[in-house]
Amino acid sequence: MSVARVARPPALRRLPRAVLLGGLAMLLGLAFLLALGIGAMQIPAGEVLRVLFGFETDSQAAAIVLGLRLPRAVLAILVGAGLGISGAALQGLFRNPLADPGLIGISGGAALGAVSVIVLGHLLIALLPLAADPHLLPVAAFLGGLAATFATERLAHHRGVAATGILLLAGIAINAMAGAIMGVLIYSSDDSQLREITFWTMGSLAKGGWSGVTLSAPFVILAVLMLLRCAAPLNAMLLGEREAHHLGVSIERLKRVVMIAGALAVGASVAVSGIIAFVGVVVPHLVRMAAGPDHRVVLPGSALLGAVLLLVADCGARVIVAPAEMPIGLVTSLIGSPFFLWLLLRRKGLGA
Amino acid sequence: MIEARDLALRIGARNIVDGVSFAIRPGRVTALLGPNGAGKSTLISLLSGEHRPDGGSVEIDGEAMESFDPLALAKRRAVLLQHSSLDFDFTVAEVVALGRLPFRATRDALDDDEACLAARCQSGIEPLWSRLYRTLSGGERQRVQFARALAQIWRRENGVSVRRYLMLDEPTSALDLRHRRLLLESSRRLAGEGIGVLAVLHDLNLAADYADDVVLLDNGRVMAAGEKDQVLTQENLSACFMTPVEIMTRADGSKAILA
Repeated sequence: MSVARVARPPALRRLPRAVLLGGLAMLLGLAFLLALGIGAMQIPAGEVLRVLFGFETDSQAAAIVLGLRLPRAVLAILVGAGLGISGAALQGLFRNPLADPGLIGISGGAALGAVSVIVLGHLLIALLPLAADPHLLPVAAFLGGLAATFATERLAHHRGVAATGILLLAGIAINAMAGAIMGVLIYSSDDSQLREITFWTMGSLAKGGWSGVTLSAPFVILAVLMLLRCAAPLNAMLLGEREAHHLGVSIERLKRVVMIAGALAVGASVAVSGIIAFVGVVVPHLVRMAAGPDHRVVLPGSALLGAVLLLVADCGARVIVAPAEMPIGLVTSLIGSPFFLWLLLRRKGLGA
Repeated sequence: MIEARDLALRIGARNIVDGVSFAIRPGRVTALLGPNGAGKSTLISLLSGEHRPDGGSVEIDGEAMESFDPLALAKRRAVLLQHSSLDFDFTVAEVVALGRLPFRATRDALDDDEACLAARCQSGIEPLWSRLYRTLSGGERQRVQFARALAQIWRRENGVSVRRYLMLDEPTSALDLRHRRLLLESSRRLAGEGIGVLAVLHDLNLAADYADDVVLLDNGRVMAAGEKDQVLTQENLSACFMTPVEIMTRADGSKAILA
C-alpha cells in the first residue's frame, strides 16, 4: 500500500440524528422568539411569551406581535422549510449536491406567472372583476411553477422513462423560455409595474400576512410530508439510478413524487414571498456537513434549518437598514452566493 | 431457477441480444464469458428486470418477470454493476447498510445488523468499515459494492426463505489477484447455501477454477453453454475470442488457460 493510501482518512465528525434534529428544533424556537421580539420596537422575550400565551392582550406590544410579526414569522418558517426540504430532495434525486429547485423550471415558471399578473393584471380585471382578488398574483405564481415543472417532466420523458440528464436540460430550456416571455412583458411594462416586478424578484415576507400563511401552509405541509416519506429511496438513489432500481426502488414513481412535492413547496413559497435564492442549495449542504448525507437526517434537518435561517435572515432584513426594510431575497443572496462559491471551490479542491 | 427463453433486444438496427436461452440455477455458479460488446451487460440488465426484452421471456422460479415489482425483485436477487459513482459522503458502513433497503418496515429488518456484519466479514472489508466511500480506490469500492449485494441476499439460517440469486457484472475487474480469489470463493460459498450465482468474468482461469457452468456469448448469441469442462475447450475459446488459446492440465488435474 502506498503512503497516500495509508494516510488517515479525514476524521468523521457526525452529529447523531437525534442531537441534530433536537438542536435545530431548539434553535427554531429561539429564532422564532427573536423574530417576534426584534424590529423597530424591541420587545423582550418574556413579554413576547406573555403575549403568545394570552396573558397580555391589549397592549401595543400585543398588537405588534400578534398582528404584524407572528404571521410574518410563521410565513418565514413555512417558506424556509419548504425551500430547504425541496432543495435537499432534488439534490438527492439528481445525485448532485449543487442542484437547485430552480433547475427544473419551478422558479422560472412561478416568476412568469407573477410578472404576467403584475403587467397584464389590469387588462384581466377589466374583463373579469373576479381577477381583482389580491390572491391572483400568488395563485398565478403557484400555477406557473407547477406548469413549468410539469412541462419539464413531460419533455424529458421518453418511452415512459425520464432521463435525469435530459430533465436538467429541459429545465434549463423551460427557464430560458420563461425568461424570454418575461423579458417581453417587462419591456412593455410601465414604471410602477417595473418597480413592482423588481421588488418581487428580490423576495419579501412583508406582504404575505395571514392570507399568505393560509395560502401556502396546506401545500408546504403536504409537500413536507410527501418528501419525508422518500428518505430511504433517495438514499438508494445516491448510489445511482440502476442501483436504486436493483434495491427495489420504483424510480419513475420516486421522480414524480419528488418533483411534484418540490413544485408544490417551492411554488407555494415563491407565490407568497417572491424569489428567495440560495436557501434550497445552501441549507441541505450545511446539514450534510454536520450530520452526513443520510436523507433521514438531511430532509427533516433541511426543513428545520431552512426555517431557522429564513427567520434570522428576515430579522436581518428588518434591522440592517431600519427603519426601512431590505428585501429578504437580497439578504439570502448576499450571504448565500459567496457561500455557494466557497462550496464549489472546496469541491474542486477535493478533485471530486 | 431464473430462466431466459429466446431473449432479444434491439437498439436501433443492432441486435444486442439475439435469441438467448439459458438458466441461472440455484446452488450453481454460472460464468458468463465473451468478448467486449458481446452483450453480457445487456443480458444482465434483462435477467435482473432492469430492461424489458423486445422478444422472449424471463421467468423467476416459474413466475413471469413482469409479475414482479422492483421491490419484490429486490428481495429475490442482488445485482453488482460495473461502475458505481457516489458524490455524497456515505461511509462504507452506510453503503453496505443500503443493501437492506428492500426489507425496511418488514420483519426481516430485524436482521439488518447481522446481515451487514456477515457481509463485512465475508468480503473482508473490516479495515474500510468507517472510511468514506469516496476516499476508496477502485478495487476497494468494488469490494464494498459486493458486500452491499451480500447484505441484500443474506438470510437467517433455517429461516423461511425464497430462492435467491446474485448477478455480478465484472465483479473482479478492479481487484488484485488475492481479492479476485476471495470474491469468487465467497460466491462459491453462497452457491453452497443454495443461491444461484451469475458472474460476468474476463479472466478465463477464474471461470475454470470457480464456475460450475459456463455460457459463451458472442455477438448477442450463445455460442456454447453447459458444464465448464465441455464449454471451456480450445476450439470454443479460440473461436469466441478470435485469438489463439491453449489449455494445459496442471499436476492436480485442474485446467490452466493460456491466451
